[in-house]
Amino acid sequence: MGLPTGRLAVWWVVASEIVIFGGILGSYVMFRLSHDSWAEQAAVTNTLAGAFNTFVLLTSSLTAVLAHQAAERGDGPRAARLLHFTVLGGLTFLIVKAFEWTYEISHGYTIGSNLFWSFYYVAAGLHGLHVIVGMIIMLFVARTAKRNEELHRVENIGIYWHFVDLVWIFLFPLLYIAK
Amino acid sequence: MAEHATAHAHGETHHTNYVKIWAILLVLLVVSVVGPEFGIRTVTLITAFGVAIVKAWMVAHYFMHLNIEKKWVVYIMVIMLAFMLAMVGGISPDVLKHDGHNWEKLWEEPAPGAGGGAH
Amino acid sequence: MSAHAASHAEHGHHEQGFVRKYLLSTDHKVIGLQYLFTGMLMALIGGFTVYVFRMQLAFPGEEVPLWGRVTAAQYNALVTTHGSVMIFWVAMPVLIAAFGNFLIPLMLGCDDMVFPRLNRLSYQLFLLSALILIASFFVPGGPFGGAWTAYPPLSADPAYNATPWGATLWLIAVALEFVAFLLGGINFITTAMNSRAPGMKMFDVPIVIWMIVLASLVFMASVGPLIAGAIMLLFDQRFGTGFFNPATGGDPVLWQHLFWFFGHPEVYVVLLPALGIVAEVMTTFSRKKLFAYRTVIFTAIATSIISFFVWAHHQFVAGIDPRMAGLFTVTTLIISVPIAEMMFIYIATLYGGSIRFTTPMLWALAFIAEFLIGGVTGIYLGAAGSDVYFHDTYFVLAHFHYTFFPIAFIATFAGLTYWFPKMFGRMMDERLGKIHFWGTIIAFNVIFIPLFLTGAGGDHRRIFDYSLFPELAGLQGLRVLATIGLLVLIAFQPIFIYNFINSMFRGKVAGANPWRANTLEWAAPSPPPHGNFPEMPVVYRGPYEYSVEGRDEDYWPQHVPPDDPKRPAEQVA
Ligand code: HEM
Repeated sequence: MGLPTGRLAVWWVVASEIVIFGGILGSYVMFRLSHDSWAEQAAVTNTLAGAFNTFVLLTSSLTAVLAHQAAERGDGPRAARLLHFTVLGGLTFLIVKAFEWTYEISHGYTIGSNLFWSFYYVAAGLHGLHVIVGMIIMLFVARTAKRNEELHRVENIGIYWHFVDLVWIFLFPLLYIAK
Repeated sequence: MAEHATAHAHGETHHTNYVKIWAILLVLLVVSVVGPEFGIRTVTLITAFGVAIVKAWMVAHYFMHLNIEKKWVVYIMVIMLAFMLAMVGGISPDVLKHDGHNWEKLWEEPAPGAGGGAH
Repeated sequence: MSAHAASHAEHGHHEQGFVRKYLLSTDHKVIGLQYLFTGMLMALIGGFTVYVFRMQLAFPGEEVPLWGRVTAAQYNALVTTHGSVMIFWVAMPVLIAAFGNFLIPLMLGCDDMVFPRLNRLSYQLFLLSALILIASFFVPGGPFGGAWTAYPPLSADPAYNATPWGATLWLIAVALEFVAFLLGGINFITTAMNSRAPGMKMFDVPIVIWMIVLASLVFMASVGPLIAGAIMLLFDQRFGTGFFNPATGGDPVLWQHLFWFFGHPEVYVVLLPALGIVAEVMTTFSRKKLFAYRTVIFTAIATSIISFFVWAHHQFVAGIDPRMAGLFTVTTLIISVPIAEMMFIYIATLYGGSIRFTTPMLWALAFIAEFLIGGVTGIYLGAAGSDVYFHDTYFVLAHFHYTFFPIAFIATFAGLTYWFPKMFGRMMDERLGKIHFWGTIIAFNVIFIPLFLTGAGGDHRRIFDYSLFPELAGLQGLRVLATIGLLVLIAFQPIFIYNFINSMFRGKVAGANPWRANTLEWAAPSPPPHGNFPEMPVVYRGPYEYSVEGRDEDYWPQHVPPDDPKRPAEQVA
């Protein structure tokens, strides 16, 4: 069907992830619509931290796509460098999240205190897991790319990373902005 | 196999200014953060979710290269989303309901000002 | 493609040790067989549990041989294990993973899956999930007993289900199994799309491959919400959230929706490969072209899509919105149309063929006959009005066993007896095969026809001891009859196991194409060596060119060049 095998497989991964996140976000939206009181809970979340993390992920998506561009020009080392920047973005994202969660948990907003917080931790946690997995795979891809090998993988991991970014683009308004 | 070669060559044939796309995304991010400051519900909803959809579209279109990907890939993704919408559509009449013929949900919305995490 | 080349290739891979060759192999055939044997072992568990709890129903309170007295909690655990194992650890791995792994590269004419190591990982995750499920028998509290549908609040709160560990292990096992099949499915789909033999167009692909790939797609598109739901349920069980708990603002009906949004398409996930196997067997043994090849494919696609819009018919009595119940009644009745169409197509394929009643063919014919009963009784349950009466009775149970037993066992037997020569290079014994066939089919009907009657008479499912309901005492005779049927059915299975193992080593040597069939797997030696084909095949025509006029032979393999004056594919002994 005209697609390289690796990229084809990544698209199928993305397709199956759409329904996983669709299930949890769909459930959240339905509950949110029937629980007006969640607005108050959502007001507690730190919009600035969320916005900063959105910025970080968008930027890491930029470096991922630039890495893809470099790989297409055959410049493996540059692609690897840009991938490392992307991983750094993921790391920043996780650190910010860790601070947020520490703050919230220490102020009593734990996973069991209210359904809003249950969704907050589970949905963002599932997303965070995807960030971690993406970072690990990206480190492997960067290692081969540096030697100018398997350059097509740079694009494939990029597609996955953009998808993780996409999920966050929706999580951000759902969890932080809609108050 | 010949098809693979053509599919792979696509990147160079066309030049997206990725940094520009990124800059637009950041502007949109600022819009979505500033939107709620007006305190108008409709504006908040539009700046939050309308903008999110635009951002998502831009990332998918330019960064994931759906603009130059085979069309059927786009259709698959849209079908997956459509299934999710159908699912939510089928579920919401039940989940959004708080009572029925012989039942009601016992849980009560906490009065404004109550609640919070102080458990 | 000479005999010489074939035996040569076969010698190539003998040096690897046992572990590398059979346990850590990335060869799709070995992985297929791993799935097959694991699935068959799990079927023993699924079968043993059903023996124990059927004995309890027929002779309540008595000692069951090999088990002892059954307690109420044990009964629930046994039923739950039986249901989950049969669907997730027998039907899925055998029909999709075993046949899919074994057949896809062979029938597409390539040497392996596109991602062999992903394939191995998929099996390892699956094995792990099976081990976790088995481990749940040995934890404090015992295995989960909240039914394979795991409805909360029963499944969410250890205070209700009394299996704090069993419930969690069950959930983790199921979720892991889903991940294994997602990985496998991605591999199947990508292989089928990107790695077909030269000349093989989309509409030259055999039906069984179409069906397995479609099933993988349906699985992929439907399982996501349940994975999300399983995570939520896991947090409800262990971390004090209340997603499905009304007392905290959650909603148990949400779980039912997430479960059945997957659960119903899942029925078609296992049905489609079964239909595919039957199509292959039927065309080969009626020596006729499949009636309406493309229509079968389009019908299957239509069925797959409609299957996403029928799920709430499992919840008619769960207090769902009545308008929705009306809607789902309509979609449910609609989905019976394409399925009926498929049945007609299969029957039309038989019409005018020169039918050979080999063992695989008998199984394939039985599939159609038995599945029809399952399909027709489903109409009563799809209509919300009559389902209010039938819901959760043994009528439902008999209905879905008339669909699942043909899928998980009848079609599997058809496929196993048909491809056995390809898998092991030897033929199975026909006489034993037929004895096993008749014993199984007759016993199967003796089990479940009485259960239709007890269901219509008022027996509810998931009841531990009917002697507590004196008004239903008149049905006890039928319950005993069903259990006797089960004992007979079980008694006939060792014949199959003996035949299977004995033929593996002592059966008649099969040759490459014993059934004189068309599809590409028969062009490879039996059993195919590592790399499958000594010489990669090229495809010239569709898979079902049987009894083509003007040819001496009544079959015309896909890989034989059209102008070849010689007889098709010299048999490789
Ligand atoms: C050997 C033939 C089989 C017999 C005699 C049998 C019998 C039964 C019986 C009597 C029950 C109901 C127990 C109760 O509600 O108290 C049951 C439940 C069930 N069976 Fe089977 N079964 C057989 C094969 C299968 C197969 C092949 C499948 C699926 C592939 C299957 C799937 C199920 C499921 C999903 C349930 C529901 C479990 C639950 O309520 O959680 N069974 N079976």
